[in-house]
This record gives sequence, structure tokens and C-alpha cells, in this order.
Amino acid sequence: MDFKLKIWRQKNSESKGKFVNYNVSGITSDTSFLEMLDILNEDLIHKGEEPVVFDHDCREGICGMCSLYINGRPHGPDDAVTTCQLHMRKFKDGDTIIVEPFRARPFPVLKDLMIDRSAFDKIIQAGGYTSATTGGVPDANTILVAKENADLAMDAAACIGCGACVAACKNASAMLFVSAKVSQMALLPQGRPEAVRRVQRMVAKMDELGFGNCTNTGACEAECPKSISISNIARLNREYFNASFIAQKEIVRAESGA
Amino acid sequence: MSKLNSRIPEGPVEKKWSNFKAHQNLVNPANKRRLDIIVVGTGLAGASASASLGELGFNVKTFCFQDSPRRAHSIAAQGGINAAKNYPNDGDSVFRLFYDTIKGGDYRAREANVYRLAEVSTNIIDQCVAQGVPFAREYSGMLDNRSFGGAQVSRTFYARGQTGQQLLLGAYGALSKEIHKGSVTMYNRHEMLDVVIVDGKARGIIARNLITGEIEKHSAHAVVIASGGYGNVYFLSTNAMGSNVTAGWKAYKRGAFLGNPCYTQIHPTCIPVHGDFQSKLTLMSESLRNDGRIWVPKNIEDVHKIREGRLSPNEISEENRDYYLERRYPAFGNLVPRDVASRAAKERCDAGFGVNETGLAVYLDFSDAIKRLGKSKIEEKYGNLFQMYYKIVDHDPYKVPMMIYPAVHYTMGGVWVDYELQTSVPGLFAIGEANFSDHGANRLGASALMQGLADGYFVLPYTIQNYLADQIRTPRFSTDLPEFIEAERNVTESIDKLLSIKGKTSVDSFHKQLGKIMWEYVGMARNENGLKKAISEMQNLRKEFWSDVKIPGAANEVNPELEKAGRVADFIELGELMATDALHREESCGGHFREEYQTEEGEALRNDRDFTYAAAWEFKGVDNEPELHKEKLTFEAVELKQRNYK
Repeated sequence: MDFKLKIWRQKNSESKGKFVNYNVSGITSDTSFLEMLDILNEDLIHKGEEPVVFDHDCREGICGMCSLYINGRPHGPDDAVTTCQLHMRKFKDGDTIIVEPFRARPFPVLKDLMIDRSAFDKIIQAGGYTSATTGGVPDANTILVAKENADLAMDAAACIGCGACVAACKNASAMLFVSAKVSQMALLPQGRPEAVRRVQRMVAKMDELGFGNCTNTGACEAECPKSISISNIARLNREYFNASFIAQKEIVRAESGA
Repeated sequence: MSKLNSRIPEGPVEKKWSNFKAHQNLVNPANKRRLDIIVVGTGLAGASASASLGELGFNVKTFCFQDSPRRAHSIAAQGGINAAKNYPNDGDSVFRLFYDTIKGGDYRAREANVYRLAEVSTNIIDQCVAQGVPFAREYSGMLDNRSFGGAQVSRTFYARGQTGQQLLLGAYGALSKEIHKGSVTMYNRHEMLDVVIVDGKARGIIARNLITGEIEKHSAHAVVIASGGYGNVYFLSTNAMGSNVTAGWKAYKRGAFLGNPCYTQIHPTCIPVHGDFQSKLTLMSESLRNDGRIWVPKNIEDVHKIREGRLSPNEISEENRDYYLERRYPAFGNLVPRDVASRAAKERCDAGFGVNETGLAVYLDFSDAIKRLGKSKIEEKYGNLFQMYYKIVDHDPYKVPMMIYPAVHYTMGGVWVDYELQTSVPGLFAIGEANFSDHGANRLGASALMQGLADGYFVLPYTIQNYLADQIRTPRFSTDLPEFIEAERNVTESIDKLLSIKGKTSVDSFHKQLGKIMWEYVGMARNENGLKKAISEMQNLRKEFWSDVKIPGAANEVNPELEKAGRVADFIELGELMATDALHREESCGGHFREEYQTEEGEALRNDRDFTYAAAWEFKGVDNEPELHKEKLTFEAVELKQRNYK
């Protein structure tokens, strides 16, 4: 198969980027999209040109590192896959393929197709965990979890933190990402003691970092490689609403240990 | 031999860890704040250690090369984590888990470490549940278990087919909590390129900022390597693209010994290789062997018809199928340990019974299980794995059997450590897959997650204090010491050298050449001639690499080719050491199969008289033979036997 590629090239976060055209030929249909880029890069290196920089690591759809916006869709035209699981059989011979980085103000481009998603880490750091420290915890089977809840929590916890939801959203909202973590914890008894401050802190951090609001278009769910449901956003809103009944002052007091 | 002290505590094996903890030195809270610890890597071991050390009050600096600590390759572990909880009441115990692990490792692991591992395994599950890890549950609300290879009990806890992901996100949550608190400083997109030794003790590292290219010096009172395994030396493996040996290799070059580098795990159930451009291999979890049955056709005519597309595997009748694992190992069947299952697949394919066009594939068939349990149950247990297979191969595994073949997956070898997880360099520790310690010559399924978290949550936070208690009077180090300057220069010169070669051959093509040599001669079956050939080919490859590698771009920018070049340079040197180790070990054990040493039935034949030791290699210069040190393994609690899974 042969393809025409229009790839976003940008030297660093300060410089302006532009699309550059490339051709690749003789690609077999069971080549993955990233392997196709490997072939292009190998060719560029031989020609003495700079290879295209893109993030990738596990290449089996779980690490969440790959982040390409292909023909206007995060992770490309296939459903429920990451870029690394996309295969060229999903394209037609001779297609023109447009490859961009995920675009959102909180995800600045570092080089070419590589972006900085540390904003997601900061949201988790704000409260996306239970504060259980190592040791001194009860026997695992003393905490009973209804199977339905455990399964729903697992559905939410499957999020890989890739940022496709943000890239797909016209508002660059991180609500699906935040709601996945909030839901996982809200559904489990272990997560309840800190539920109020977790949701408040994570939402505050999300706003502070410049992610947009949710206007219920559902694009995030449609593009999520792990099919995380937007019903999690409903749960997040419920948790946030309920938390608003607890005075901010009490939370601050609890945090300062007073 | 005098150079190795494994520091195993006194007493019977079940008392050693309690004895150690009762008598070890501790650091008081005020002093903890004054002590700095560097952790390299944020997989299960690195993230759990960083979080736990931060909680204790140490000042921790943690490094990872990925864009976030959550992306370390532990995330990709699928099947589960073992623990001797005995929740199913099926006869499990700490001793049984210990025994299965020692036996599974073909009696080449250190008894005391393995017992401790089994002992703390139960705490890990408690810890993870407290963190909100969504393990699979029964309708009672209690935790569910499944069985894994090499065991006759169900002791594996799991979170669908994404157990590694969920455990890592638990540890990442704990790490994030400590970053928020300020006890851990996180350095994303940083790669450790040297370890700094001052007065014989590890005192810091040199790291490259992968965004700016800046070379940074970081000091600490102790350095912990948690950088994972080195399976990518084979180019094609189930490891992530960035997984590398560099941190461990730099430590080796600074005096840390490497233990049993030749022990490599070839995992039996991976998606077969399909072309030259392929960049990595995808694992299909061992948990699938709970319900999947492995077979090839009995008749060679059927094999030919399948390869020509004239016959579907579903059309082959039961009596014309060879369920070779069930045939050869009736007691364990499809759940024999990985090394045994891999060799059996190779044996059938070598005999001509491989079922795809390359002849290198066998079937993993779920039709019986679907009939017995229903499609929805299978979907619930393995849905994400089936989806992954379907996306990659474009065949529906609910309808036709999966095709699988063995692939490089895990390295039991690694940096040699004593009982306290300290390397032969004081102040330098190694945990998780990066060390050599607990799996002997073959690791059992679902035990890597157990070991990574055991080391990080429950072992290192104790043992490192035994060292740091002596360091409380040592003030923070300046990174202007001559040792730091020397190490920094060492790194800068090496980068400049790589960039100045401006040869004709890309880094990847060197890596592929290395992988071919390793897979051919240091892979599933090894022999003296092949290993010697591999060593000489790798020596030539090293020279070619350093005279002909082509790296575009500069040092002061994002430059993935430069990153890869440094890693491949280390892999080439490591490959030579692996072959050297494999050549010297004149026996077959676990994942190390020497064709010269096998039973009449083709099983691995150990030589306990001469090789009941861990090989620890000392670096003597790139062009010199490394020096071998032997740590004799003594078995007090178990009796050395030939492994029998029949």
C-alpha cells in the first residue's frame, strides 16, 4: 500500500509548526500505524533528514503514551483503540493521511507530534487516590465490595490517561479523565472517606490548569480508546454537587489538621 | 568468592525476615528528613518504593524516562498477582508459595529471599485493596482468585486482564500523594546515564533531561535502581519500546555485579511474528491457559492444508488434534511453567507442526471453555485480551483458535543484590525486575508483580534503613565534587562521540542485527558453538556500531534517536555478557536450556554438583573478560529434585 502523509512538524514548544508532506510506499496492511511511521523515519534517516518525533512506548494499547490526531480523530479512524493498535488495513491504498499532535492548551507541543501531558499528573496529585499509607491496613477480605460496584469501578479505572478525551472535546475539557478516577474511588468503600475533598480538589485543579467545561457533546466517550462511559461524568457531577453541601471551611480545617 | 556476601540472616528460613527486622538498624524521624534517596524507575517497584520511602519521611527524588510515572511498563502486565492468602481454602500457604517459586525457578534462587517474598505476598493484596485497586470480586463481595502456571492452587488475584495497570495505578496514586505532600520530587522525561561513586559509596546519578538535552547532576545518600528488565536486547520482545538496561549497565560498569544475566524468560503465549518491519511482540496473558487448550494437528497433512488455507482448525476432529501439553504433562496440563510450555511449542514447530505460514505458531483454543462456561463468562474473564488479539490479527478468537508462539518476556537475571537488596556497591540498591534475586532460572506467572511490590512496599523501606542508619552524620553532598564532574564528563563525552560518528547505518538496524544474533544463539535453546559464534559476532557488531552508526539531530534537543543509540550501545555489550554467562553454565535449568544437557525426554538437565550457585559477573573493561564470582546456593528448607510436572 502507498500513502501520502501530511505530518505536523514543530521544532520545539516556542517555534511555529507547519505541515510537511511525505510519501511512504510498499506498506503491508498488517503494519501498525506506528510501524508505518518507523518505516518513514528509517527512510528519513537514510536521506539525512530529521525523523518525526512521536511519543510511544508499550505498543499494546495500555501505557497511554501515544497521542496522534489522525484525519481529525484522536487515535485515528478505528474505534476503541490507541494509535499503536491502529493498523494500516483501516486505510485505503493511496489515501492521504493527516497526522497532528493532540491539540489543547493544557497539552503544549514539545516537538513535532510529542506533547506535554503533565497536567494530568497534576490533577491526580491533587487527590486522585486514597491516602492509605504502606502497612497497617486491614485484611483484604474484610472490605466487601458488591460485584456490580467492583465491575463499574474497574470500567472507570481502565482509563489509560492518554488525553484523547481532551483532544476530542471542542472545549478541551478533561471531565471524562477526572470523572473516571472520581468514579472509581466513589464506587468503592475505600474511597468514600475522602470523597468530598477528592472531587473538590481534582475539579479545582482541572479548572486551574485551563481545561474547558463539559457541554455534553459525548465526543470524549466516542473517541476514548478504552470506551470509558460518560455516565462517569454524571457521577462526577453528582459527587461534586453533594460535596458542595459541605462547607469549604470544614474541608480546609480538616486538611490543616485542626 | 570472598567479594560476595549475601548477608542472609541467621535462623530457620521462616524466621529469617522476623529476625532481620528485629535486629536491624533504623533511622529516627528527624534524621530521615535529612537523608536523600534517588529512585530510578516508576514501575511497580520504583513507584511503590518512592511512595513508601516518602511516607516514612525520607527526601526522595524519582526519575522516569516516560512522560508520566504512570506509563512504566508494569502497566502492561495482564494476568494477575500471586499471594498466599488461601482464600479459596484449597491448601495454599506461605510455605507452598515459597516451594512452588523455588521449584519453578529450577532451584537456582536464594531460599531466604524467596521465603520472604512469599511471606509478604499477603500484605501486598491488603495494601492494594486499601488503595482502591478494583480486583475481581465474587457475588459475596469477596476477592476472586484464579490459577496460574506451575501451581496446583488458585492464588492469583486479578483485575480483568489489566492487573499490572491497576496495581501500577495504585502505586502511582500513592506516589502522587507523596509528590503532592512534597516528600517526593518527580523528574519525568529524564534518563539516568551514570551512577556517581564517592569513596566507594553510591552518592548520586547523572541524568539527561530528554526535553532540553541538559546533563544534570543529582546527589543522594543512596541510589535505588528500579529500571526493569532488559528483554529488549532481543529487539523483538513483549517489553515496551523504551525498556532498556542502561541504568543497570552503568551500575555494572561502576562496580555492581550482574547476576545470572543469561536467565531469560521466553513466554509461551505471544502473538506470532508477522513481518520484518515488526517493532514489538504482544503477549497474550498466561491466564488464558486456565481455559484455553494448546494444540497442533496430529497429522502433518492437516498442517499443510491449514497453511495453504484449505482447512480451518475448527474442521479438525478431536482425535486428530495433539494437545501436546496435556499429553506430556498430565498433572499440570496446559498450566506447566512457562519455560516448559515454550520449549514444548518449539519442539512441535521444529518437528514441522507449526500452523501458520512461517511454521512458528500453535493453537490456543477456547471452544471447549466457551461450550462449558458460555461466551459471556469468557468475555468477562478475558474480554480485553480477546479484543487486543482481534485488533492486531484481524481474526475473531471467539470463533477460531488463537495462534500463539513463544517470545522474550522477562529477564530473571539482573543486578546482583544481597538479602538487603543492596548491590556490591554500598549505597546502591536494585529492586524489582532490575535485580536478579527471587525467580532463579525461571519465573512463575503472576510473580513479577508480587516481587516488584514486595520489594518496593515491604522490603526496601526496611533494609535501606539498615544502611542509612550509618549515614545520618553525612551531610548533603555538593554535586561539584570531582567524582560528579568526572561522571558528567563521561556522559557528555559518550554523547558527543555517538553524534560525531555520522555513519551510514541507523540505530534500529543495529538493534535488529543484535536481536537476530541473540534470538538465534542465546534464545530458547543454546549450545557451545552457537554461543561462541554469538560472542564473536557481537564483538564485531560493537565495533561496527561505534564506527558506522548514524544519529541525526543534536544533543541539546528532543532526540529519540540519540536516546535509542545509547541504549543499543549498552545492549550490545550486555548481549556479549549474556552469551558468556550462558556459555559458562554447562547445564540446563529453567529458561536456560543448553542442548548438550537434556534428559532423554528432552527435559532440562541440571548439574547440581557444579552449578548450584548464582553467577555474579564483575566488569573488567569492555575489551576484557569479566570476572566470575560465585554465590553458593544452599537449600535447607527444600530438597533439590529434578522438576517434575508430569
